[in-house]
Amino acid sequence: MGLKTKDLVGIKGLDRDDIELILETASGFKDVLGRDIKKVPALRGKTTVNLFYEPSTRTRTSFELAAKRLSTDVINISVSTSSIVKGETLQDTALTVQALGADFIIVRHACSGVPHFLAPRLKASVVNAGDGTNEHPTQALLDLFTIREKRGKIEGLDVAIVGDILHSRVAKSNIYALKKLGARVRLIGPPTLVPRELGELGVEIYSDMDRGLEDVDIIMMLRIQMERQGKGFFPSTVEYFRNWGLTKNRADRAKKDAVVMHPGPMNRGVEIASDVADGKRSVILDQVTNGLAVRMAVLYLLGGVRG
Amino acid sequence: MKVFIQNGHLVDPRQGIDGICDIYIEGGRIQKVRKKKNPAVRSARLPGYRVIDAAGMYVLPGLIDLHVHLREPGYEYKETIRTGTEAAARGGFTAVCCMPNTRPVNDNASVTEFILSRARNEGTCTVLPIGAISKGQKGEELAEFTLMHEAGCVAFSDDGRPVMDSLLMRRALEYSRVHDLPIISHCEDLALAGGGVMNEGLLSVTLGLRGIPAQAEEIMVSRDISLAELTGGRLHIAHVSTAGSVAAVRAAKKRGLAAVTAETCPHYFSITEEAVREYDANAKVNPPLRRKTDVEAIREGLLDGTIDVIATDHAPHHRDEKEGEFDLAPSGISGLETAVGLAMKLVANGMLSMTTLVEKMAVNPARIVGSGGGTVAPGTDADLVIIDPRREYRVDAEKFASKGRNTPFGGWVLPAVPVATIWKGKVYSWE
Amino acid sequence: MRKELLDKKDIERAITRMAHEIIEKNKGVRSLCLVGIQRGGVHIARRLSAKLREIEGLDIPVGSLDIALYRDDINVRKEQPVVRRTEVPCEISNKKVVLVDDVLFTGRSIRAAMDAVMDLGRPAVIQLAVLVDRGHRELPIKADFVGKNIPTSLNETVTVELSEEGRADKAVLEWA
Repeated sequence: MGLKTKDLVGIKGLDRDDIELILETASGFKDVLGRDIKKVPALRGKTTVNLFYEPSTRTRTSFELAAKRLSTDVINISVSTSSIVKGETLQDTALTVQALGADFIIVRHACSGVPHFLAPRLKASVVNAGDGTNEHPTQALLDLFTIREKRGKIEGLDVAIVGDILHSRVAKSNIYALKKLGARVRLIGPPTLVPRELGELGVEIYSDMDRGLEDVDIIMMLRIQMERQGKGFFPSTVEYFRNWGLTKNRADRAKKDAVVMHPGPMNRGVEIASDVADGKRSVILDQVTNGLAVRMAVLYLLGGVRG
Repeated sequence: MKVFIQNGHLVDPRQGIDGICDIYIEGGRIQKVRKKKNPAVRSARLPGYRVIDAAGMYVLPGLIDLHVHLREPGYEYKETIRTGTEAAARGGFTAVCCMPNTRPVNDNASVTEFILSRARNEGTCTVLPIGAISKGQKGEELAEFTLMHEAGCVAFSDDGRPVMDSLLMRRALEYSRVHDLPIISHCEDLALAGGGVMNEGLLSVTLGLRGIPAQAEEIMVSRDISLAELTGGRLHIAHVSTAGSVAAVRAAKKRGLAAVTAETCPHYFSITEEAVREYDANAKVNPPLRRKTDVEAIREGLLDGTIDVIATDHAPHHRDEKEGEFDLAPSGISGLETAVGLAMKLVANGMLSMTTLVEKMAVNPARIVGSGGGTVAPGTDADLVIIDPRREYRVDAEKFASKGRNTPFGGWVLPAVPVATIWKGKVYSWE
Repeated sequence: MRKELLDKKDIERAITRMAHEIIEKNKGVRSLCLVGIQRGGVHIARRLSAKLREIEGLDIPVGSLDIALYRDDINVRKEQPVVRRTEVPCEISNKKVVLVDDVLFTGRSIRAAMDAVMDLGRPAVIQLAVLVDRGHRELPIKADFVGKNIPTSLNETVTVELSEEGRADKAVLEWA
């Protein structure tokens, strides 16, 4: 068993079998994470490099821990975005990292397509940890894993994704993944941040959150970037919360056993009310734990020897 | 040097010629063009002439490119006047109009003179400089049109830096009437374009790339047409890429606005936004590659005369600039050496006649900038190109004469290739 | 080419005998835990447990152990082995753990299994029970309980087929 490529650049390039394999493998690792000794020697002797061109404590920590739990050595390289304009080219940096002996290069970058650029140019496995506004495949995989854990299945569920769809790589990866596994997807948010074109992918688009949440199984909230305020996407966070903030009353429009997800970090009171974030529907912390298992699964499956 | 081209199929709409001819060249000028009654007969030996057998080939007036970036002065690592004109000759062009976005900007006579002196010393085709509309291309105050015109500029444009200020555009269109020179407009509403890097649509959303809506171009095309109407100035719209722009120009011409002309580029009638799907920065160009419906509308516009000119928007860049983050890569395609092949593809598919091709790539450009050329009439400069329609050409950017290897057409097989370009009687051939 | 080494009856007898040996060696079944190696070993472990209950009247916990993450061939294999579940129903620290596998060959799986078990806790002892020992050890590992010793050559393979996997119970020797 294995994935068909040496890299994980996006959900777009995976088929249903690949996704199932990763989720299946992840449940084995979830098991490992429940033990006293949470480390296995599966990738002993391998080296993982977190090549982060964008600050991210959360995702980097998750990948770092996943890699360590598989017994790989981990190096973190943070490149500040300001220095890339003048400094070393992307390709030179990546080749340098590879020359250090990296087997896995986990890359995050503010520009879409960077993992796609690097993957064919490197022998190392490239894992996309978020590229621009394109994709964040491991986040979507951990979301699927969490949904399946909570609801036992994905096919046939109604999933609402709420917020800044246009700029959200999490939303994009989730849309592709959920569609591939047979869920029905609704996108909810201000029309300035929910491109109409996405309707062509077979998803429903709502600007009215109350209607959009009606009877859904899953509410997936997105983080609102504060920088979008004042760029004309929405007038203020107060108005945003009024229209698209997840309150308890709104969450109750979903199915009784619906769960609330958020990729973090949350803006409490902007996109989600605290009582919902901490409420019984919330599976936000499960997502974090599952992220480890899923990232271990991805590294493990990409870790085979290549011809 | 005397040159004799025999048995070639001459297409010269200005003279009404579309048939087998013999052409005599002497002293850099066309001496005589003689229609051949019996093409099978090879002419007797002509002592003192270099004889070129063009049997089975097209002989066309030298092509004129209204829109190239030669990058010199300032960006010699991308292209120089020497390499750029060499690429032009290879591509079948005997004259190119070079855009002013150099460093320094060609916004005054001394830069114009520098370009022309370089061209005289190192060029392998005629270089026709285009001066900036505004000083420093900053879009604030008009540059010195008269002084630049006297130095040799044939048109004015802020290409690459659209004139956002409608009043300035109005003044440019008015003031250029003094010299009866065209204002070449790069139509793009920068605010609406929103820093986009490709066409806006489902593809841009799913690639996570900022999109530029077609309307960013169309709004400015409409504005500039209105301003041309208001001022009576001559407006030439650069690189038309959308169906809406074609419609706007068509409507303007229908209203009888003779002073409005338009150009498109080979990439806009050859490929769609799909070319950027794998984040290939060689397909990053501004305006961006659009959709199939736009490509069809552009072809339609070429056919019905809405679009007057095929120009390359030759925009060479260094490999290091195009390799890497798509967002950060500069826009542009190195187009001089694929333009004829891509246009001939339209001919091969029956979408364009040879006569129309010559009109779009030689006759109309010459008329718009008043440069002379565009015909093989006796007494004119001997500027011609010989194209072999039987020879397929596989695009290999590594073999480009241009320093810019940035082409999305690498590996394409094109149906014809220039085998010789004759500029002022000098023969450049690659046989 | 293929030759049957053990049939249903042979396997049953071997398991009965091994059960008796386990009881004898451990002086009963107290604090015993059987851990089968995925996948064939798990079935053998269950059968042994049933037999032990038959004899001693006590339920012996049976676990399943996945060794995929502990294998030593990371740098040679083309594709990663499937990760299966490890389920050990009891705390194994201070237990007498009997690792169970169907075929003992190079000993590498057992090495991996011992590491995997050690990561789960600190057993009092680890013993090894295998249905077939075909020789060719590459590590200093020896089984405590062997159903049947079968000398083989390296170009042969030994497969144990079990009813739990939808086959007829037998052990088969195959060669090219």
